[in-house]
Amino acid sequence: MTLIDTRTPDPKRLIPGATGDWEIIIGLEVHAQVTSNAKLFSGASTSFGAEPNANVSLVDAAMPGMLPVINEECVKQAIRTGLGLKAQINHKSVFDRKNYFYPDLPQGYQISQFKQPIVGEGKITISVGPDRKGEFEDVEIGIERLHLEQDAGKSIHDQHPTMSYVDLNRSGVALMEIVSKPDMRSADEAKAYVTKLRTIVRYLGTCDGNMDEGSMRADVNVSVRKPGGEFGTRCEIKNVNSIRFVGQAIEYEARRQIAILEDGGKIDQETRLFDPNKGETRSMRSKEEAHDYRYFPDPDLLPLEFDQAYVDELAKDLPELPDDKKARLISSLGLSVYDASILVSEKAIADYFEKVAAGRDGKLAANWVINDLLGALNKAGKDIENAPVSPDQLGAVVDLIREGTISGKIAKDLFEIVWNEGGDPRALVESRGMKQVTDTGAIEKAVDEVIAANPDKAEQARAKPSMAGWFVGQVMKATGGKANPQAVNDLIKAKLGIVE
Amino acid sequence: MSDLTKLTISEAREKLRSKDISSVELTDAYLGAIDAANQTFNAYVAVTHDKARDMAKASDYKLANGEGGALEGIPLGIKDLFGTEGVHTQACSHVLDGFKPRYESTVTANLWADGAVMLGKLNMDEFAMGSSNETSYYGAVVNPWRAGGSNRQLVPGGSSGGSAAAVSSWLCAGATATDTGGSIRQPAAFTGTVGIKPTYGRVSRWGVVAFASSLDQAGPITRDVRDAAIMLKSMASVDPKDTTSVDLPVPDYEAAIGRPIKGMKVGIPKEYRVDGMPEEIEVLWQKGIAWLKDAGAEIVDISLPHTKYALPAYYIVAPAEASSNLARYDGVRYGLRVPGKDITDMYEQTRAAGFGREVKRRIMIGTYVLSAGYYDAYYLQAQKVRTLIKKDFEDVFAAGVDVILTPATPSAAFGIADQDMASDPVKMYLNDIFTVTVNMAGLPGIAVPAGLDAHGLPLGLQLIGRPFDEETLFQTAHVIEQAAGRFEPEKWW
Repeated sequence: MTLIDTRTPDPKRLIPGATGDWEIIIGLEVHAQVTSNAKLFSGASTSFGAEPNANVSLVDAAMPGMLPVINEECVKQAIRTGLGLKAQINHKSVFDRKNYFYPDLPQGYQISQFKQPIVGEGKITISVGPDRKGEFEDVEIGIERLHLEQDAGKSIHDQHPTMSYVDLNRSGVALMEIVSKPDMRSADEAKAYVTKLRTIVRYLGTCDGNMDEGSMRADVNVSVRKPGGEFGTRCEIKNVNSIRFVGQAIEYEARRQIAILEDGGKIDQETRLFDPNKGETRSMRSKEEAHDYRYFPDPDLLPLEFDQAYVDELAKDLPELPDDKKARLISSLGLSVYDASILVSEKAIADYFEKVAAGRDGKLAANWVINDLLGALNKAGKDIENAPVSPDQLGAVVDLIREGTISGKIAKDLFEIVWNEGGDPRALVESRGMKQVTDTGAIEKAVDEVIAANPDKAEQARAKPSMAGWFVGQVMKATGGKANPQAVNDLIKAKLGIVE
Repeated sequence: MSDLTKLTISEAREKLRSKDISSVELTDAYLGAIDAANQTFNAYVAVTHDKARDMAKASDYKLANGEGGALEGIPLGIKDLFGTEGVHTQACSHVLDGFKPRYESTVTANLWADGAVMLGKLNMDEFAMGSSNETSYYGAVVNPWRAGGSNRQLVPGGSSGGSAAAVSSWLCAGATATDTGGSIRQPAAFTGTVGIKPTYGRVSRWGVVAFASSLDQAGPITRDVRDAAIMLKSMASVDPKDTTSVDLPVPDYEAAIGRPIKGMKVGIPKEYRVDGMPEEIEVLWQKGIAWLKDAGAEIVDISLPHTKYALPAYYIVAPAEASSNLARYDGVRYGLRVPGKDITDMYEQTRAAGFGREVKRRIMIGTYVLSAGYYDAYYLQAQKVRTLIKKDFEDVFAAGVDVILTPATPSAAFGIADQDMASDPVKMYLNDIFTVTVNMAGLPGIAVPAGLDAHGLPLGLQLIGRPFDEETLFQTAHVIEQAAGRFEPEKWW
């Protein structure tokens, strides 16, 4: 591929060295496991966590005479992903064989796409930030291509003193290799890119994005240069399996390369591994040791061809993507950019929010989801999928506030009860007597009592109306927080004769 | 009883249906013949006595009830390249030692579904790589034909040498074979039998050990044209498990036999008159032309200008694909494993011991032509040549030619351990000079016996047809068969 520099050096992304500033150039190859019931070229199951070698067909084990048959669902998923990346969909693509020997590669070759991938150039807009002012910066990262390929099996070396075991459950599972252009300039951008890519595939339902299960992993290409100079020699860090590690690997690798260059050395093009325990990258093999994969078109498979109508049909059923959703939340619900960004950042959060917001005040729903729900989840270390409060329950809480049945303060208590004990919020309000007192007589009585008990304060307040707040607090305390604060405020002002 | 083995498939079919004979009788006759003669010919590498009798019994039961498929009760030999469930399937290679698949190839499953009986697995060149059946791990196969007055053992051709020898020596009623560059047609020509390589995609490759995937195609070797038509009808099918198989109805090929060829346009390609071709091949070709002319066909001279590049291009494409297809024989999951000090050593030891010289040679060639820096010069160039070869044929057929007549081989069968061939692999490769173009173009081709050479050895002619027009091949081959007569070896064993 031709490397095109799309960015101008940005001082806030440069890292200082002994000889001045350096710019990091990053490109990523993300392997995303396609969400599908069966493998790319066989009918074997793709379920995670099965007994070793339980999900293996004759094709996956490369028995003599077995032939691959393309799983159309995987093709559709690749097209959907391509559409989600606003990318060129290639109506004709070709499967090639990538030849190398390894025990967990039963065929002796991986079926991949080399010269003619199913998806061509596209783009992803990432949001970097927030900075100290709470602002986000949008950066467009180019996508070079997306192609379909088979995953390999797994070699297990630590179960026997002299032998290795092979688990072929993953052998033949469909992967999408999504290759970015070398458009990223900092570890934060790379992390934002992987995060955004994961969000997009999760929205699309084309990959579950679970990096800890190996459903997504990244090969990270890193080089450094003097700002705006020629691209340097890159190193590829293989198989990084968490977003945090992507950041750490880049930070380490960039500093390693800068140190070498500043010492007058040169960077060897090589493949490296990231060791998360030591937080460093290590050489795996040099360019000279690189395999000659002897790619050639797989003669068992005809070129993959479909027409625009096929693509259009898939495009029609594509779900709303995060950027579109964010724009809609801002324009039609009036949410802030910040709130909208948080809500769309994960599909599960967005789904949750939209259920809460349905038919309700969007801003109020957003506040509750972001401040209360996400806050509580964060504190408890839980995922939104396992939230103890359902969207319906939170929606009921919002309704109770909105209709004035409970105050915002009581609502916080109610939320905590629902979180800990569960139950129908409306019923809880009834049974626990949390209802806001709107009976003016009762409030008036409380107001009168408080004023009568504090004549000196009442005098002060008449002279200095801001003192009225103290009375509101006292009345709320006396009513156990159940009085409608607005009604209390109005009454106090009337009784004290405060005119605004 | 031994007479039963002389029946063609169509003759046996009639006798089975009329209950003149039973499948058990017929099967036992073949098993007896195999037991008596296989030591002489080495045609079978595994004989499935019990399975054969069980299948024959089942066929007799069906026949007794007036039921049964197109091949009900007919005993066949199966080339060792076809996966047969629970039965020896080793592509006659050491590397597949002990391999018995848990699956049945689509072709053999089709045959069994039509009632055929399996006698056993037939010898072949290792991984179908060879033209003499001498590369087999199980040793050479002896051609039942001998030159007049000579006891010299001749090759039956290859790679389907076991199939051709078994059919011509009456050790099976018909046999499955495969053809990547001529492996059905050349042995058929060397043994006086009929062999057809159907259009690429006509027959499923699923369950057949792969040599060169874009060229491999299975077909039958039989004693006459009608039998080939009967067998191919059963073997052919579209197969969802082989996406290169083609979804076209399988015609009743037998119905094409006996149709007149009056007015048919037969092309005679000038490029098939090669340097050093024996005079008697030319004479045979002229005879064939005359027979077809006599039957009312119109003979036209045609040109297939890229023919001379076919063999070199074939010896790039086929080894390239083979080098990758054979990578799975690594000692890890099945077959031979020679222990090593580490995984790479195990691979090297296993593959060094498991593959024979010819297979290794082709893996080396294939690996070389796909290597970085050589791919464009060799593989890509060969693919371009392939496109041109295809176009040569398309142009000729577009100009109205219905079928092309050529010699099948440049010579008759040669001796086992022929020094010329052994010292120069290219000489061996030249055996396929008339047949590889057909594979490169994916067309159907049939070899039909047409005469004997000066030493009394059979020679064949080849007919090449339009894609999926096997009917015209059977129709035309039958005319040649009628004119030339049938050829059988003198029984000396």
